[in-house]
Amino acid sequence: MKTGTLKQILLITDGCSNQGEDPALVASLVAEQGITVNVIGILEDDHTEQPEGLEEVEEIAGNGHGVSQIVYQDALAQTVQTVTKQAMTETLQGVVNNELTQILGSEKTMEELPPDQRGEVMEVVDELGETCDLEVLVLVDTSASMTNKLPTVQEALIDLSISMNARIGRSRFAVYQFPGRKKSIQQLVDWTSKLDSITSIFAKISSGGITPTGPALKEAMYQFGKKTLRRRFIRDDYTDIEEA
Amino acid sequence: MITQTSKKPDIHLRKGQIVKGKWHRNHYHVVKKLGSGAIGAVYLCVHENRQVALKISKQSASVSSEVNVLKSFQAVQGYHLGPSLMDVDDYQAQNGFNYSFYVMEYISGESLHDFIRRNGHEWLVSLLIKFANDLHVLHQQGYVFGDLKIENLIVSRKPVQLRWVDVGGTTLQGRSIKEYTEFYDRAYWQCGSRKADPGYDLFALAMVILRVYYPNGFTRGNNPKKTLQQKINRAVTIEPLKKLLLMLINNSVNDAEQVKDFLLTYFIHQKSKKNKRRYNQQAKSSHEAFHPFLEVSSILTIGGVCYLYVTFFM
Ligand SMILES: Nc1ncnc2c1ncn2[C@@H]1O[C@H](COP(=O)(O)OP(=O)(O)OP(=O)(O)O)[C@@H](O)[C@H]1O
Ligand SMILES: [Mg+2]
Repeated sequence: MKTGTLKQILLITDGCSNQGEDPALVASLVAEQGITVNVIGILEDDHTEQPEGLEEVEEIAGNGHGVSQIVYQDALAQTVQTVTKQAMTETLQGVVNNELTQILGSEKTMEELPPDQRGEVMEVVDELGETCDLEVLVLVDTSASMTNKLPTVQEALIDLSISMNARIGRSRFAVYQFPGRKKSIQQLVDWTSKLDSITSIFAKISSGGITPTGPALKEAMYQFGKKTLRRRFIRDDYTDIEEA
Repeated sequence: MITQTSKKPDIHLRKGQIVKGKWHRNHYHVVKKLGSGAIGAVYLCVHENRQVALKISKQSASVSSEVNVLKSFQAVQGYHLGPSLMDVDDYQAQNGFNYSFYVMEYISGESLHDFIRRNGHEWLVSLLIKFANDLHVLHQQGYVFGDLKIENLIVSRKPVQLRWVDVGGTTLQGRSIKEYTEFYDRAYWQCGSRKADPGYDLFALAMVILRVYYPNGFTRGNNPKKTLQQKINRAVTIEPLKKLLLMLINNSVNDAEQVKDFLLTYFIHQKSKKNKRRYNQQAKSSHEAFHPFLEVSSILTIGGVCYLYVTFFM
């Protein structure tokens, strides 16, 4: 069975993009590189807001082969880990489906197998989900309207790290905000396995009115490339695709 | 390819509708919806004049996962760990999509809240004794229940018994908890990790008991553990239950059997006290016969707790 390190971008936003390339288009490009794009849209707590600005959320995730969810702040922590896990399962199911197509010929997917066989395949998917390595780049919208939500976002990220580190496989995270001061995104936390100890990472933010989601996603994609290149250079045995 | 589940609409079954399995061709007559949640919905159905519960979802992966767990439970002979599994199949809906479902034993009863409201908190102890034993057997099978919460528990009648439904969170020990709910989650309360070990369930069990006292729940505050201690001390009047809850949130018990023994000791003690009052004059000798047993068992329990304390904190 082939699985690589699963790579995900988790975009957390509360509104629609208003600058640069179409984020949905960029998301499909990112997915093409084997990186899943998941999106969480946060609603205002006063329950007055129409979630229209958040339509984009589903579109981006759809094109990014990922999962999307729109939530109120108080459900953020649990949603972040559910979305991440669900996207992992779906990606792994995709891998398994490809594998099945090769073995059984034609377009046979898990869903078409009889229940008993499906159960056996699912055991493999569950096992892979537990043991595979995972990399999540968290991309946080820090435009003005997000300011009061950032403490909750930070708590949710700590919680995500607790969930993922309970797995047998390795998990690594990086946190970026957008827009950055000069560039489209700005690093807040470099790749690390533990987010438990992050404190006030969003402290020094000067939030403006623009939300360049498309360019931010594109730049985020390169952050995987850089690290992979660097690691390849350091460790010869590092492989993107492992045989198991 | 990958986002199939996201595109598939949710499924709603109508009352009176017949669900026919694609593979095994069984018919299920929908009576009513029992509940729904994160994964899908559960319906009360009739199959061959028998009431059954049918869980259907657009996420065929989750259905398969839960079925795998229920299947492994069937292997435990002579012991009912959760509802028994009866059928697994796919239903082709009118919209052309396939929805996976499984059929299980219907557990009729009421919620723990309703039961306790009608019968009093004293019942908690006897419900918990049996339930702790079920958990113990589950743990011995190498699993952890995971998503232990009031909504996933039903008090069945004849015999009155606390039973769990929804094995969606059930996880092999040593892995990461598959599904959880914040209020019952050990990590949320900063009292430990989200790794599946028996202690994870015992913490959730403590929260289930607390939830009976605080039906609307409460938030963790700045010092989650302190919040829990205060809530316990304020509401739980049954002394041994209070003691038990404090031990559970402190992780000083990590075996469900100890919970059972602890409560059993109290239960026997209670009974013997009542008996003493009622039959003060007669049957003295039988009480005398009872006391040594009591003494021995409480010494054993206290000894066990001390031993654990020493192992984990010294
Ligand atoms: N075997 C059963 N007998 C009777 N009632 C049941 C049975 N299984 C489930 N139910 C009822 O249906 C409700 C929903 O079931 P379940 O928890 O399995 O759904 P879910 O989608 O996994 O929900 P969640 O994950 O949010 O808990 C339960 O709370 C319970 O009241
Ligand atoms: Mg469930």
